Amino acid sequence: MNDTTKIAIKDLNLYIGKKHILNNINLDIPDKKITVILGPSGCGKTTLLKSMNRLIDLYPEMKVTGSIMIDNEDILHTRRDITKIRKKMGLLSQRPYPLPMNIFNNIAFGLRISGRHNKHALKQRVEHYLKQANLWEEVKDRLRDPASSLSIGQQQRLCLARGLSVDPEIILADEPTSALDPISSMAIEQKFSELKQNYSVILVTHIIQQAQRLADYVVFMYMGEIIEQGPADEIFQNPKNDITRQYLKGAFN
Amino acid sequence: MGFITIKRQLRNKIHVYLMIIGLVFVLLMPVLLGAGLYYKSKVLFHDHSIWNLLFTKDWRPMSGKFGLLPFIMSSFWVTFISVLISAPICLLTAIHLTQYAKKWVLKFMHPVIDILAGIPSVIFGVWGILIIVPFISNTVAPMLGKQTSGYTIISGALVLSVMIIPFILNILIEVFRSIPDELSEAALSLGASKWQTIKYVLIKKAVPGIISAFGLGVSRAFGETIAVLMVVGNVIQIPHGLFQAGYPLPALIANNYGEMMSIPNYDAALMLSALVLFVIVTVFNLASRYTIAHLEKTIK
Repeated sequence: MNDTTKIAIKDLNLYIGKKHILNNINLDIPDKKITVILGPSGCGKTTLLKSMNRLIDLYPEMKVTGSIMIDNEDILHTRRDITKIRKKMGLLSQRPYPLPMNIFNNIAFGLRISGRHNKHALKQRVEHYLKQANLWEEVKDRLRDPASSLSIGQQQRLCLARGLSVDPEIILADEPTSALDPISSMAIEQKFSELKQNYSVILVTHIIQQAQRLADYVVFMYMGEIIEQGPADEIFQNPKNDITRQYLKGAFN
Repeated sequence: MGFITIKRQLRNKIHVYLMIIGLVFVLLMPVLLGAGLYYKSKVLFHDHSIWNLLFTKDWRPMSGKFGLLPFIMSSFWVTFISVLISAPICLLTAIHLTQYAKKWVLKFMHPVIDILAGIPSVIFGVWGILIIVPFISNTVAPMLGKQTSGYTIISGALVLSVMIIPFILNILIEVFRSIPDELSEAALSLGASKWQTIKYVLIKKAVPGIISAFGLGVSRAFGETIAVLMVVGNVIQIPHGLFQAGYPLPALIANNYGEMMSIPNYDAALMLSALVLFVIVTVFNLASRYTIAHLEKTIK
C-alpha cells in the first residue's frame, strides 16, 4: 500500500448462501482520482461498492471475508463505531432517494445528526453544499418544499449535495446517471471531474463512454471477479484480457 | 369476414357492459345501504329532531324517547381505548419484524398473524369473559381501589385491541417492507445510526401508511359487535371512566333487533343507530383517506 492509496482491498470474498458474489477481490483505490468500476449488470460492482461503507450490514445473508483498509483501519473488522466510518463516504445511488422531508432538511439531516449547529451556521452550510452541487440557484426560493417535488435530475444533485454535507473523503457513486436524461447526466459528470480535486471518487458504471470520459483508474469486473485493472489509458488503449477487449468493443450489449 | 368482426365486436361490448354492471353494483352497495337505513328510520324525524336523537341520553323506547348518546359515546370509548392499546404494540412489532428480526421470523409470523385474524369473534368474546373480565374485576380494579363486575369499557377495549392487532399489523408490515432499502442506505451513509434512520426517515416515510392502517383499525373496532357486547356490560349510560360499563351501538342493534317490535318507532330507532354507525365508520374512512392524500403531497 503506497501513500497515494485511499482504500486497499485484500482477498475480499463475499457469499450469499452458496453463491459466490465477490471472488478474491484485490484492489488499491488511488486517492483524489476517479476510479471507475466497469462491468456488465450483475457482475458484483454494486456489492463491492456497498462493502466499502459496510452497507452490506443491512443484508445479514451476506458473508464476507478479507479486509478493506481505509486510512490504515480494516473497516470490516473494526471495533470503532461504524457510523463514523460511513461518514467518510458520500453515497450516490442509481436513482435519487431523497429523504422524506423538505429540500433544506435533506441537506441539514446529516449535519444535525453529526453535531449541534446553530440556525445561522446550518443555513450557511446548506447553501454551501447546494451550491457545490449546482442546485442552489434552482431551489433557493423553495427550500421548504418537499424534496420529491424536484425533477429527477435535481433530486440526484440534491443527493450529491447531501452526500457532500457530512464532509466525506470518498464519494461512492453507483451508476449515478442511469435514471437521468442526457443533460442532467452531463451535469453530474462535470461535477465529478471537479470533485476529484478534493475527494477520491469511486464510480460504478456499465457505460463504456462514461468510463472513458471520467476514469483515471479502471477496474473491469465480470462474474464477481476483477478481470483487469490499471490506469485508464492502458485499459482502454491496450486491454490485455480477452473479456475486457470484448466488453469494450460492445460485444456484451 | 365481416360477420366475424361484428360477432367479435358484440362479444367485446357484452364484456364491457358486464364489467360496468359489476362496477356499478359495487359503487351502489353503500349508497343503497345508507338509503335503505335512512328510509326505514325517517319516521322518527316526525316527532324528534336529529339533535335530540343524537345528543340526548334518554333511552326509553316505551315512552318514545330515543336518545342515542350513551351508545355513541360507548362506541367511541371502546374504539379509541382499543386503538390506543394496539397502536404502539403494532408499530413496534412491525418495526422489529421488518428492520431487526431475521427473515425467517417474519416468514413465521405471517401465518401466525393470519390465524389470529381468522379467529371468529365469538371466541374472542368467550376468552374475554373467561380471562379478561375476572382479571379486571379481581386484579386490576382492586389494585386501583375500585370495585367492578369486570364487565367494563376497559374489558371491551382489551378484547377489541387483540382483535384488531392482526389487521393493523399486516398493513404496517407491508408499509415498512415497501420502503426501498436505498432510503435506509442513504440515511446510514450519512452517519445516521440504525435507530436514527428508523426514527427520522423510515417512520416519516411510512406516516401515510401508518395512518391508513390505524384508520382501518378504527373502522373495524367501531363495527365489531359480538365480542364486545359479551364483555362490555351493556348498561345504558354514558361511561365516565374505563371501569364503567358501556353499551356500544352494534351491541344495541344486535341485542334488541327482533324483540319488542310492537313498541312504536322502536325498529326505526334501531335502524337509525345502524345508520349512525354506518355514517361514523364512513366518515373515519374518508377522513383517513383525505389525510393520506394530503400527506403524500406534502411530506414525501
